[in-house]
Amino acid sequence: MTGPQPAGTAAVHAEGIVKRYGATVALDGVGLTVRPGEAHALVGRNGAGKSTLVSVLTGMNRPDAGRVTLHGRPAPPFGDTEAWRGHIACVYQRSMVVPELTVAENLFLNRFPGTRPIRWPALRRRAGALLREYGVDVDPARRTRDLTVEQRQFVEIARALSCGARTVILDEPTAQLDAGGIARLFTKLRELRAQGVAFLFISHHLQEVYELCDTVTVYRDARHVLTEPVAGLPRRELVAAMTAQETGGSAAGEGAAAGRAAAAGRAAPEGGPVLRARGLALRGAYGPVDLTVRAGEVLGLAGATASGSTAIGETLAGLRRQTAGTVTVRGRTVRPGSVPHALEAGIGYVPKDRHLQGLVPQRSVAENATPVADQLGRWGAVLPSRTREFARRMIGSLDIKTSGPRQPVSGLSGGNQQKVVVARALARDPGVLVAVRPTAGVDVTSKDTLLGIVREVADQGRAALIVSDELDDLRVCDRVLALFHGRIAAEYGTEWSDQELVAAMEGITGQHGHPGHPEESAP
Amino acid sequence: MTDTAQPPARELTDGREPEHRESARARIDFARWRDLSLVPVILVLGLIGFIVSPAFLTTDNLLGVVQQSTELGLLVLGLALVLICGRMDLSLESTLGVAPVVAMWLVLPSDGSRFHGLGLLPTWLAIPLCLAVGALIGATNGFLMLKLRVNGFIATLGMLTMLRGLHVGLSEGQSIVNVPDSFRYLGRADWLGVPAAVWLCLLLYAAAGLFLAYMRHGRALYAIGGNPEAARAAGIRTDRLTWAVLALAGTLAAFAGILYTGHYGSVSAGQGDGWIFQVFAAAVIGGIGLRGGRGTVFGALTGVLTLQLVVNVMTLGGVPPLWNQFLNGAIIIVALVISRFAGGERQE
Repeated sequence: MTGPQPAGTAAVHAEGIVKRYGATVALDGVGLTVRPGEAHALVGRNGAGKSTLVSVLTGMNRPDAGRVTLHGRPAPPFGDTEAWRGHIACVYQRSMVVPELTVAENLFLNRFPGTRPIRWPALRRRAGALLREYGVDVDPARRTRDLTVEQRQFVEIARALSCGARTVILDEPTAQLDAGGIARLFTKLRELRAQGVAFLFISHHLQEVYELCDTVTVYRDARHVLTEPVAGLPRRELVAAMTAQETGGSAAGEGAAAGRAAAAGRAAPEGGPVLRARGLALRGAYGPVDLTVRAGEVLGLAGATASGSTAIGETLAGLRRQTAGTVTVRGRTVRPGSVPHALEAGIGYVPKDRHLQGLVPQRSVAENATPVADQLGRWGAVLPSRTREFARRMIGSLDIKTSGPRQPVSGLSGGNQQKVVVARALARDPGVLVAVRPTAGVDVTSKDTLLGIVREVADQGRAALIVSDELDDLRVCDRVLALFHGRIAAEYGTEWSDQELVAAMEGITGQHGHPGHPEESAP
Repeated sequence: MTDTAQPPARELTDGREPEHRESARARIDFARWRDLSLVPVILVLGLIGFIVSPAFLTTDNLLGVVQQSTELGLLVLGLALVLICGRMDLSLESTLGVAPVVAMWLVLPSDGSRFHGLGLLPTWLAIPLCLAVGALIGATNGFLMLKLRVNGFIATLGMLTMLRGLHVGLSEGQSIVNVPDSFRYLGRADWLGVPAAVWLCLLLYAAAGLFLAYMRHGRALYAIGGNPEAARAAGIRTDRLTWAVLALAGTLAAFAGILYTGHYGSVSAGQGDGWIFQVFAAAVIGGIGLRGGRGTVFGALTGVLTLQLVVNVMTLGGVPPLWNQFLNGAIIIVALVISRFAGGERQE
């Protein structure tokens, strides 16, 4: 896949790139060609190898095999970031500016002219001229931390261009922007393209790919799948290229499919509402959302983190405080933004990242499975015997593979670690279980067990909410709400096709026509 | 000294709506004055001193205050640079004591007085040796933090204790009184009616302030402390610079040791003991962020002066010395709260 045109005319040309991390192959002989002035989209689901390619294309990471040329010339040696910056730069999702310094200084970070003392007025004038040249309306004397995300991105783009880069990689640039910001960003990018700047645009939102880009490249499972002009490519085909293998017969697929069949075979749950959210909104994260989870039901909330789905899960758990709306459990209102009250009300929570929020790795299975906030003995005493006994019960019922309650959690496999987190969420016998990406980074069999546990919780007459963008997680659900840019874009029962749901998560829905972005952010 | 690192705000003439510009300007001014937040505190302390005692506003008293500020001030200067890089160095306080001791041990004769040196090197080398010892200590801290990647707080805590032990061991737990003349000169000389130590300290502060505000490497320290990843991506050699700063901080602490030893004409076994708390307090109330990337040396200097003025005013006001420690702690907390609200930002 050396690309149709000779490498000489390409702004960036990569071919045969292989990158391995231990046993994992992150990139398997992939290629990419970006022409000058082109807007090229790179799409693919999580783990497709997009971010590894970015690190290779910016000279941060040396590939195990393959070749990169920039404007027809061999790329500078890997690790010489300064030389790479003159050709290609990346605006990351995380901020790469120094927040305490002014905009002017960030623009010229470590590029102050000469070795003489810095002349601040001159530097600010140059910064002002530079920003005006690219039409960025930001005062160069402002501190960067006071800028909005949008302004910060413009400053980073201006900095990249002023280093001489004619190709800019944008890694999920719209993830933190509202609709107006996205529109302004796109206008700016089109202007810059007219000046001959090429963009490599990485996004989870296919709608944006169609709006902005000429060419799209799809990666799947570390491999190159297709490169085609956007105009001639139907959306369904694009989604199919991203997901094709996920409908195949992997063990997880079959197991979860069986789960779905079970869910489909059952009569619709008839229980009363357990968890209810009305007009729930968090400014900057998601718009007003209504949702109800009934007893005996597993509700799926489908959407990438950027869609606000994780934020909704965290709001329900009391980790975030909503700016509007109420949450009730069995008719009782839960105090906003308070984890103890959420627990008290009967909301069990499985956090999205077990390493970050879920576990204390050096401590034992027993300790991790027992909520610290919970008083196991009288007067708040934590009785080791009770802790162990509780843990033993959980190890049995959740089938946690461990040498015993005393084993440190760090010694367990990912799937079993996750079961410990679930055990703690279930420790207080919650009325509703909220699980955010419960199967992230676990093996296939544990995946089935974990989803089975969630299913079982609902079958016992309680309620469960799964927040995830993994299709396998969503197969066990009785109902799935697809979230896009903080709003519910579509609702499905048990009958949905992979492509349908992925399209809804990417902001392309048949039933809503052309949803694009929410008209305004939350009040 | 007007070397604040925040460049002065400037009016822009790019037709934006006035309201927007108004708010942007207000914010800049706020950030700019942040480093001066202790100046009113110093003025109030001066007023209290004036009311409390007629002896306060005399040349002798005020010179005494600044003279006593020099040693603490140099340690704070070193720590401020290290903190701006986002690092920490607790061992500065024992460097203050051990660097002069090692230097004297190497140059003083092996007989003739109570303290037996090695007499290996000529006496005129005392000052260069002392500074070199300080730099070596800083460089060792840098090796631990940057090469071995151990926790800087604990590594320098270990260094603090170890160097204190070296000091006590070499001096056999006793004061050393036969101080080299060069030390004595720097600690006691007056230039133009003002102690030489004060001139030197001001000079170093001015140099550091200008370096941080106007030199490429000085600005790089803020980038390293503020966002190390961005600094590295911008081509700044973060480790090398941090290492240099740690060595410089050690050198400054050793220089403070020379001035202190010269001023009092002896090195006691406990020289510098417990200073590090004052040093941290002065730096933080002076607006240096503990997480790096924030603050100016001018702010740090106001922090030092505030702490020293409080002690002076209390002494003149007849506060029993037994209560000094209590009030010292209380004033640190009060000054911290004042600077937090004057700065308008959380100190995390």
